Amino acid sequence: MNQRSNRLRHPGINMGHIDSATDEAAESLLFGFWIFLMSDLVLFALLFANYAAQSQHGTAGGPTPSSLFELKNPFIETMLLLASSFTIGLAALALKYRQDRARLVFWLAVTFVLGTGFIYLEVHDFVDMTSKGHGPQTSGFLSAFFLLVGMHGIHVCSGLIWLIVMMVQVFVFGLERDVKTRLMRLAIFWHMLDVVWIGIFTFVYLFGAA
Amino acid sequence: MTGEPLNYFWLGKLSLESLPFVEFIKTPNSSTAIAAFAAAAVIGGAIGIVVLLTLFGKWRVFWREWLTTLDAKKIGIMYIVLALVMLIRAVIEAAFMRAQQMLAVNREGPLSAEHFGELFTTHGTIMIFFMAMPFLIGLINVVMPLQIGARDVKFPLLNAISLALTAAGAVLVMISLVIGEFSTGGWSGYPPFTELAFNPGAGVDYWIWAVTLSSIGNTLTGINFAVTIYKLRAPGMTWFRMPLFSWTALCTSILIIFAMMPLTVATLMLALDRYAGFHFFTNALGGNMMNYANLFWLFGHPEVYIVILPAFGVFSEVFSTFSGKRLYGYHSLVFATIAITVLSFGVWLHHFFTMGQSANLNAAFGIATMLIGVPTGVKVYDWLLTMVRGRVRFTTPMLFSIMFAITFVIGGLSGVLLANPPIDFAVHNSLFLVAHFHNMLIPGTLFGMFAAYNVWFPKMFGFRLSEKWGRISFWFWSFGFYLAFMPLYALGLMGAMRRTVQWFEPQYLPWLLVAFSGAVLISLGLISQVIQLWVSIRNRDDLRAPGGDPWDGRSLEWSVSAPPPEYNFAVIPEVHDRDAFTWMKQHGISYTAPNEYQDIPMPKNSVVAPLIGFLATMLGFALTWHIWWLTIVSFLVILGTVIARSFCRDTEKIIPASQVRQEHEQWLARVKGLIPTARADETTSENQGLAEVAS
Ligand code: HEM
Ligand SMILES: [Cu+2]
Repeated sequence: MNQRSNRLRHPGINMGHIDSATDEAAESLLFGFWIFLMSDLVLFALLFANYAAQSQHGTAGGPTPSSLFELKNPFIETMLLLASSFTIGLAALALKYRQDRARLVFWLAVTFVLGTGFIYLEVHDFVDMTSKGHGPQTSGFLSAFFLLVGMHGIHVCSGLIWLIVMMVQVFVFGLERDVKTRLMRLAIFWHMLDVVWIGIFTFVYLFGAA
Repeated sequence: MTGEPLNYFWLGKLSLESLPFVEFIKTPNSSTAIAAFAAAAVIGGAIGIVVLLTLFGKWRVFWREWLTTLDAKKIGIMYIVLALVMLIRAVIEAAFMRAQQMLAVNREGPLSAEHFGELFTTHGTIMIFFMAMPFLIGLINVVMPLQIGARDVKFPLLNAISLALTAAGAVLVMISLVIGEFSTGGWSGYPPFTELAFNPGAGVDYWIWAVTLSSIGNTLTGINFAVTIYKLRAPGMTWFRMPLFSWTALCTSILIIFAMMPLTVATLMLALDRYAGFHFFTNALGGNMMNYANLFWLFGHPEVYIVILPAFGVFSEVFSTFSGKRLYGYHSLVFATIAITVLSFGVWLHHFFTMGQSANLNAAFGIATMLIGVPTGVKVYDWLLTMVRGRVRFTTPMLFSIMFAITFVIGGLSGVLLANPPIDFAVHNSLFLVAHFHNMLIPGTLFGMFAAYNVWFPKMFGFRLSEKWGRISFWFWSFGFYLAFMPLYALGLMGAMRRTVQWFEPQYLPWLLVAFSGAVLISLGLISQVIQLWVSIRNRDDLRAPGGDPWDGRSLEWSVSAPPPEYNFAVIPEVHDRDAFTWMKQHGISYTAPNEYQDIPMPKNSVVAPLIGFLATMLGFALTWHIWWLTIVSFLVILGTVIARSFCRDTEKIIPASQVRQEHEQWLARVKGLIPTARADETTSENQGLAEVAS
C-alpha cells in the first residue's frame, strides 16, 4: 500500500503523502461523488436541450432572448462565481498544506459571501423580469429559461447551505477525516456549478443577447 | 370526485368526496363499489399488519432488525417484499381489466371509463416502478455484494434512504386508493392530457410524486451499486472473473445513473406546469408535448433494459448452475451486455414513430432498434450452448429460464417487426404492442425474478422453497401467459386499440375470452406462489440448508452460511477463478478456517432512513393535495435530518474478532456434520446445503 499512496487517486485535490489515511478513504468517496455529479450533469444537459428547443420554438409571440437579456448583471454574476471558485480553491490548498483552521474558514467564508452575492443578483433579476410581465408563465421560452437558470441557482443555494455546515463542522470537529473528505467533495461540487454557469452565460446570455 | 374543500388552509383540496366510500354512497354502481372495496382492502391490510405486529409483540424486532437496519441483505429483502405486495395488487388490477374488456363487447362493462383508466395507469406504474424495479434492486442488494466478495454496499445509509424513497412512492400509490383517485394518464403520463386544463384532479399529482420519489431513490441506488462494484471487489476478482449477474448489475446501474434523470426532469417539469402555470408541455403559449415524449422515452427505453439486464444475469447463473457447467461464451455475454447498455440510449424515438419526425429519422432509429436484437440473440445462443452436454436439472428456476428462452424469442421477433416504422404505423398503440411488451416483460423480467427468488431464497432465509409448489406455479404462469397474451397479437392485428374500455366488434369476443382465461391461470400461478411460501415456511425444518450451498453453486455467495452473517465473510476471500467457489471446492479449500480473524467495522442502525421515508410520504401527499404548511414542514425536516446526521459521529460498530471466530467456527462445525448431497437428491430433504464435489 505504501508505495501506492503517492499516486493520483481521483481528479481534484489529493491528500497524497500529507495525509495518506484520508487519501485512502477519499478514493471511493470521491469516486462516488463524481458519479453523482455525472448524473447531475445529465440533469443540466437535459435542461439545456429543452432550453435550446423552447427558446427557438416556444416564444409564442412574446419576448425573445435578444429582446430580453442584458449582459451587465449576468457578467457580474459570472465574475462573482469565478472568483468564488478561486477562493474555494484557496480553501482547498489551506486544507491540504496548512493545518490552519482560521485560514480555511476565512476562505470558505469569502466563498460564501461571493456565492450569496451571485444569488442576490440572480433573484434580483428574476424579480425584475417577473414584475415587467416576463415571468415563467409568459411562454415556453421563459419557462425553460427560469427552470434552467433557477435550477442552477438552487444548486448554488444548496452549496451555500453546505458551506455553512462545513464551517461549523470545522469548528466543532476540527480537521478530522470526515470533515476533510466532505470539504473535498464540496469543492468539486462548487467547481461543477461554475462550469455549468459558464455554459449558461455563454449559451443563454451571450448567444441570446447577440 | 371533487367536492367542497373541508378547510383549505389545513387540509388543502381534501374533501369528503375524496373518500371512495362517500362516492359509493352518493352514486352506487359496480365501479364505485369496486373502488370502495379496494379502499377497504387497503385499510384492512394496514390495520391487519398493525394488529399482527402488536399481537405477536414484534414491533421492537421490526424496528431494530428491519426498519432501521443498514444491512444490504435485509434492505434487499424489504425491497423484494415491497415488490411482491405490489405485484399482487397489480395482477389483481390486470385481472379486472381483462374481465372488463371481456364483458364490454357491445355493451357497458362493470367499470366506468375513468375507473378503467386508473386501472391501466396504476397497473403499468406499479409493475414498472414498484414491482420490477424494487424486485431487481432488492435482488442486487442481496446477491451482488456477496458475489463480488464485499461486506456491504459502499454507502449503506444511502441504500436505506433509497429504499425509503421507493417505499414512500409505493405508499402514495396505495393511499390513492383510499383518498382521492389516481391518474388516468397511463404509465407514461403524456401531456397535454395530464395537464391542468384536462386533468385538474389529484390523480396526476399522485402519479407525479410517486414516480418522482421512486426515481430519485433509484438514481441513488444506481450510484451506490456502481461504486460498490468498481471499488469493493475482493482481491483477485478482476473484471473478467466477475460473475455475470454482477456484470448485469453494473450495467443496469450505469443505465440508471444516466437514464433516471430524464424521467425526474420530465415529471418535475410537468409539476411546474400544473402547480405554477409554466408552459413546458401545454397546448398554448409555446408549450410542446414532444419535449415530454422525448424526455420520457429517453428514460423509458433504457428503463426496459434496466429491468431486463439483471434478469439476463439471473438466467446466466441459472443455466450454468443447473447444467453443472461453466457458462458458455462468458466474454461474449459480457460484451453483449455492454453493447446493449450503449445501444439502448440510441433508440428511444421508436416509441413515437408516428408523432411527426421525418421518415429518414424514423429509419435511422428503426435500424438502431433492430441492431439491439443482435447482442440479445448472442446471449440466447450462449445460454442454449451452456446447456449442451451439461447435466441439466429441471428445477423450478431452470424451468422458468427455459420458458424464458423460448418465449422471449417470440417477443423479440414481434419487437423486430415493430421496429419497422411502416409496420409500426399500422399497429402502433394497439393490443399488438401490449402483447409485445408483456411478451418481453413477463418471461423476461418477471420469470427472471421468479427464478432468482427460488434460487436465492435459501441463501436469504436458510431454507429452500417447496419445489412442488414452485413447479405448479411455473406451469400456471407459463400457460397463463400464452393464453393471456397471444390473443392480443391477433386482436391488435384486427384493429383493437390499447387502453380501450368498451368494444363494438363482436368478433373480438372469442379472443377476449381466451385472454381472460389466461389471466385466471396467471392468478392461480400467483396463488400457488403464496401457497409455496406458506408451505415452505411450515415445512422449513425439512427444507433447511444451513450449509449454504444447496445448488452446488459456483460463485462466492454460496461459500458462506445461509443466511449469511451480517458481515458476509468472516475473512474476505481471495478469488482465483471466474467460478470462484467451484474453484475453491475443487481445490479443497472451501469451508476452511483462516489463520486469524480480525475485527470487522460495520455500520450501526440508523433512524434516518425510516424518518426520511415517512417525511417523503408526507411531502408527496401534501403536494398532491396542496397542503402547503405540511409541504414546507416536511421539506424542512428532511433537510434538517440530513444536516443533523452529518454531525452524528457514532455511526460504526465493531464486531470483535472473537465473535467472528466463534460464529464462523460454529458454522464450520455444523457443515462438517452434514452429508454431501448428490445433485439427484437436490430437491429432497437430504439437501442440507452441502454439495457433493464432482471429481
Ligand atoms: C401478470 C400478468 C399481467 C396481465 C394479465 C397484464 C395485463 C395488462 C392489461 C390488460 C393491460 C392494459 C392493456 C390495454 O391498454 O388495453 C396492461 C398494461 C400494461 N402492463 Fe400489464 N399485465 C400483466 C403483467 C405485467 C407486467 C409483469 C408488467 C411489467 C413488468 C406489466 C406492465 C404493463 C404496462 C407498462 C402496461 C401499460 C399501461 C398503460 O397503458 O399505461 N404488466 N397489462
Ligand atoms: Cu424502446
